[in-house]
Amino acid sequence: MAAMTGLPLIDDAWLVVPLFNEAEVIGDVVRGARERFRHVVCVDDGSTDGSAAAAQAAGARVLRHPVNLGQGAALQTGIEYVVGAGARYVVTFDADGQHQVTDAVAMVELARAEDVAIVFGSRFLDDRTRAGLLKRVVLKLAVWFTNQSTGLRLTDAHNGLRVIRSDAARGVHLTQDRMAHASEIVLHLQRTHLPWREHPVHVLYTDYSRGKGQSLLNSVNILVDLVFR
Amino acid sequence: MDVMWIQVVLLVGIGVVALLLNRSTADARHQAIRRLMLLGFVLAAAVSVMVPQWLSAVANRLGVGRGADLLLYALVIAFLSYISTSHRRMNQLSAKITALTRELTLTEARLEDERRAGPGA
Repeated sequence: MAAMTGLPLIDDAWLVVPLFNEAEVIGDVVRGARERFRHVVCVDDGSTDGSAAAAQAAGARVLRHPVNLGQGAALQTGIEYVVGAGARYVVTFDADGQHQVTDAVAMVELARAEDVAIVFGSRFLDDRTRAGLLKRVVLKLAVWFTNQSTGLRLTDAHNGLRVIRSDAARGVHLTQDRMAHASEIVLHLQRTHLPWREHPVHVLYTDYSRGKGQSLLNSVNILVDLVFR
Repeated sequence: MDVMWIQVVLLVGIGVVALLLNRSTADARHQAIRRLMLLGFVLAAAVSVMVPQWLSAVANRLGVGRGADLLLYALVIAFLSYISTSHRRMNQLSAKITALTRELTLTEARLEDERRAGPGA
């Protein structure tokens, strides 16, 4: 596979991709990721549309949840698996094609070069990401809420692209099965008191991701999940 | 303006429900308290069936016109606390399902990995 780009495959950073009903795009996402990462682990969260088969055909290691639990639960399963398999870095990556493999590679390189345990992707550090005004406002509120509860000063929250070194990943025990895990994972990582950085990433909003993405109303659910646990 | 006693009683009741929302229902003390409250409720229900005027008298003392209104208010509080406890239990139950599912998934993955690494390797 490495022959495609001529660049060496990254061996010690494993991609964890929570997967739920993305059969249309997951094949391309996995193939794209496998050009740079040897290990791509998809956690199929009870998909009903052949996502698991598509991911497997594209060369991913597929773990299966027999029932749908939610993205947070899939992420936790994937993290436990790859840490157990000896990964030095866990890269969390979305299944819908919003994230760029080049960003993931750059974040792993940053983690290595600066010896930091956690690299958070942020779509607000440069102007590549085009988000609508309402989405921007809601995301900024989410950032504010996460920062209030974690004490970190992040510029983006609910960004699925993160690089987590295994020592930090061992501190992650997500109990929020659904979308509120994005705040919870920041909280757990903060509690490890390990060094962290942010890195600019480009989140690509395609028609597909817009159609599949969480509606803004869902932020009400996230807030309720976080407050009434 | 006079504060009616029923307003105080209801607000305290709602406050207690809100507190319950953030507390565990699992431990034995809370269970005992719930059972005592249930016992009190059964006794009060029995008394108000046998002596209907009693409920109205209590209602009047609290500033509520009719006994039936008092019953309705009590029902609202009881319903809210039911929601809060069942919400807690649901969360605990789904945490168990998640743990079980994850264990199953990871075990299956481990077996697959062993099979792959085994004879073919």
